[in-house]
Amino acid sequence: MSMAAEERSVRVPWALTAPALMLFVGVLLIPLAMTVMLSFHDWGQYKGIEPVFILKNWKEIATDPYYAEMFWRTFRIAILTTLLTALLGAPEAYILNRMSGRWKSFFLLVILGPLLISVVARTLGWALLFGGNNGLVNKLLMTLGAIRSPIPFMFTETGMVVALAHVMMPFMVLSVWAALQRLDPQIENAAMSLGARPLTIIRRIIMPQIMPGVLSGAIIVFSLSASAFATPAIIGGRRLKVAATLAYDEFLNTLNWPLGAAVATLLLVALVLIVVGSNASIERRYAEVFR
Amino acid sequence: MAYLELDRVSKQFGTTTVVDDFSLAVGKGEFISFLGPSGCGKTTTLQMIAGFLDPTGGMIRLEGKDLTAVHPAKRGLGIVFQSYALFPHMTAAENVAFGLEMRNVSRNERAERVRAALAMVGLAGYEDRHPRRMSGGQQQRVALARALVIKPSVLLLDEPLSNLDAKLREEMQIELRQIQRTIGTTTILVTHDQNEAMSLSDRIVVMSQGKIEQIGTPQETYEKPASTFVSQFLGKTNDFAGTIDRTAAPVRIVAGSWSALAPAGLNGAVTVSIRPERIGFGDAGLNARIVTRIFQGNHWLFQCDSECGPAIVIRQNDGTAQPAEGEAVRLTWRPEDMSVRARAGA
Amino acid sequence: MRRNGPLALIFHTIFVIVMVAPILVVCLVAFTPEGFLSLPTNGFSLRWFRAIAQYPEFIHAFWVSLGLGALSSFVSLLFAVPAALAIARYRFRGRDALAALFLSPLMIPHVVLGIAFLRFFTSAGLGGSFAALIIAHVIIVFPFALRLTLAAATGMDRTVEMAAVSLGAGGWTLFRRVTLPLILPGVISGWALAFIQSFDDLTMTVFLAAPGTETLPVRMFLYIQDNIDPLVTSVSACVIAVTMTALILLDRFYGLDRVLAGKGDAGR
Repeated sequence: MSMAAEERSVRVPWALTAPALMLFVGVLLIPLAMTVMLSFHDWGQYKGIEPVFILKNWKEIATDPYYAEMFWRTFRIAILTTLLTALLGAPEAYILNRMSGRWKSFFLLVILGPLLISVVARTLGWALLFGGNNGLVNKLLMTLGAIRSPIPFMFTETGMVVALAHVMMPFMVLSVWAALQRLDPQIENAAMSLGARPLTIIRRIIMPQIMPGVLSGAIIVFSLSASAFATPAIIGGRRLKVAATLAYDEFLNTLNWPLGAAVATLLLVALVLIVVGSNASIERRYAEVFR
Repeated sequence: MAYLELDRVSKQFGTTTVVDDFSLAVGKGEFISFLGPSGCGKTTTLQMIAGFLDPTGGMIRLEGKDLTAVHPAKRGLGIVFQSYALFPHMTAAENVAFGLEMRNVSRNERAERVRAALAMVGLAGYEDRHPRRMSGGQQQRVALARALVIKPSVLLLDEPLSNLDAKLREEMQIELRQIQRTIGTTTILVTHDQNEAMSLSDRIVVMSQGKIEQIGTPQETYEKPASTFVSQFLGKTNDFAGTIDRTAAPVRIVAGSWSALAPAGLNGAVTVSIRPERIGFGDAGLNARIVTRIFQGNHWLFQCDSECGPAIVIRQNDGTAQPAEGEAVRLTWRPEDMSVRARAGA
Repeated sequence: MRRNGPLALIFHTIFVIVMVAPILVVCLVAFTPEGFLSLPTNGFSLRWFRAIAQYPEFIHAFWVSLGLGALSSFVSLLFAVPAALAIARYRFRGRDALAALFLSPLMIPHVVLGIAFLRFFTSAGLGGSFAALIIAHVIIVFPFALRLTLAAATGMDRTVEMAAVSLGAGGWTLFRRVTLPLILPGVISGWALAFIQSFDDLTMTVFLAAPGTETLPVRMFLYIQDNIDPLVTSVSACVIAVTMTALILLDRFYGLDRVLAGKGDAGR
């Protein structure tokens, strides 16, 4: 390669990415840095935001049990949602994968399509289905004899988990689906020819192989549920706060921006740590097998 | 009595018949190849023996017992898949041990048999490797060990060598042959590679479009192809249109300016089939002209234009002078080297 | 491959019903003739669709959403196409870091982005403006625009370009006559997916929108906060219809499975 060409191959990609890079630095990194800074500013009912450097907001979050409870609720809901999507989504992906061509693509569309439909519309659907104590879901469950008295869904964590699981389900199905695509199509036949029965095949052969898919799906679902806003806001109402809805209230109702920024920063840092940490441990765990 | 018997087996998917009236008796310890182009039904037949597909008609018997009534997990056949279908999350040893575990073989015996099986395929010391960390050839050996360790009544091989490069494939053929001879397991190999079928098997079943074209030893199928399909599929061949000349006494077979004594039992229009390496250049015989002459190291390949259409001739490179391009030659061969069939449609 | 057993099919049926039920119920309730929330039992009525016309803020919000989605997706492509070409074709130091940065809006919770943009644009004197919304949306839809363009650029046969160069094309002509037409399906799909993302975003936009620049999801959300009545279901039904139309277009142009598969890896 000539000197000129070599120089060109360094300059061209930077020239091509420069506009996007400037955009990202200017209107993504700087605002994020400003938010972190904001969390150290002071705020008063009458004086507004004071650009000083204090730990007041962080101390308040650390000491007031209200915040501990709220974060714990946020993560509890996210964990339950993740479990629910994994328990139902993984088997569904497996069943889907065993269907024949036309049905497979049809149902894949039906299950993944909602991913692109407005979260507000989907959550509204759940609000309608829950609809107080005599909503459709309760009526159905009672007719089937599954429950004696109606379960309160609206303004409860139960309702939030159900609605969130519905919103997040496509991510889990998709992730497990992708793992199933990597499976050798003859692997079940191979296990069967060696004498394994269907349940053994699922437990010993299929499950271990789709586990990375379930886990990466779980990471996506967990991080999206922990930072979800629309569903907790609509189903949870004003009383049952999670991190995102609390930050929203601090910003747009109480107007205590520095405190809201601290909540948001904490949420961001916690999620980044959890996601990066679990990604790394999954990769370590499966490096030997799947590389 | 036959060990494994396929009796008029057929398979239909909807209205398409994939395997049609397939009958075969396999002796104990025999090595059989199903040979044919893709879509000829050979893999479907194998899958019916394995139990992954149910035959539409006919019977499959193993030692006289109906095999189709047995669940595939209980048939006790060893299968090596084209993709190997190794369990990627298990080590080589765990892969091989899986079938023994399903049979509740005790831990100690299991370890011993796994060790022996891996040693047999030349993989001693690779016990704790995961399949993704092994080469294609090594994975192939693990798959073979996994199939053999359960002491299968029949070993089914589905294009097992097709993912290996040419050199490794040849090595594995020899090894596979040796292992099969040593342990004496009845084996069925599915392949589209005629060399593989010929070098490995006791008998070859040549298939085309769901039907058996010929069953015979490698030599029989090569030397005496039962149909044009077989002669074309197993190596290169020349098919010349000929006739039986009843006016001559004794009766002669004629193709262009070549003629010989006619074999018994044939009449009228026939196809004379002759391998390129069995044709020589002589003073009498079929008139032809050399179109191209290609040097291929240990032999010469001639494409000729003969009285009976295009012809291919292969001559060993024994150092003697060979005819040049454009030269007129006469093609000749010994009557015992050709096979003569009634010409279809004539 | 073995077929699914009856238990599996029962599970599948229930699963699909639960997945579809909330969307279906919204669309059904939208057609109720009653003045309150109920499934239409006394025949279908379009009264709640007509009622939308009496709420100019919904109509206005719809146009804001449409304009915002179309414009921000387009602008993000102006930045994403050159970046995708660079990332697809050159191995240069910092390439992986750049790709990670460009995809990072997928990882950052939208509530955090909303707060960051609110703070930033308020300080810049652009608080609540349409321009601020556009810039913010360009950032959040950028990863989707980038991904599909990147896939198209990676899958493109480079020798075609080399042939064009050997015939004398260069620079802008090469891009406009050869490269762009070849990656166009990816670019258009990237635009469509980016549009859907922008059109549907609530969490970030709710922080930035002011009366006058409220998008449809924001308007719906604020409306639901006060009361849930059939009006909001008929609006939702319209939103679902718009998304479905975009989905069908996307499927025609590019294959929905490819788009969604791309989205599935997004969070990794």
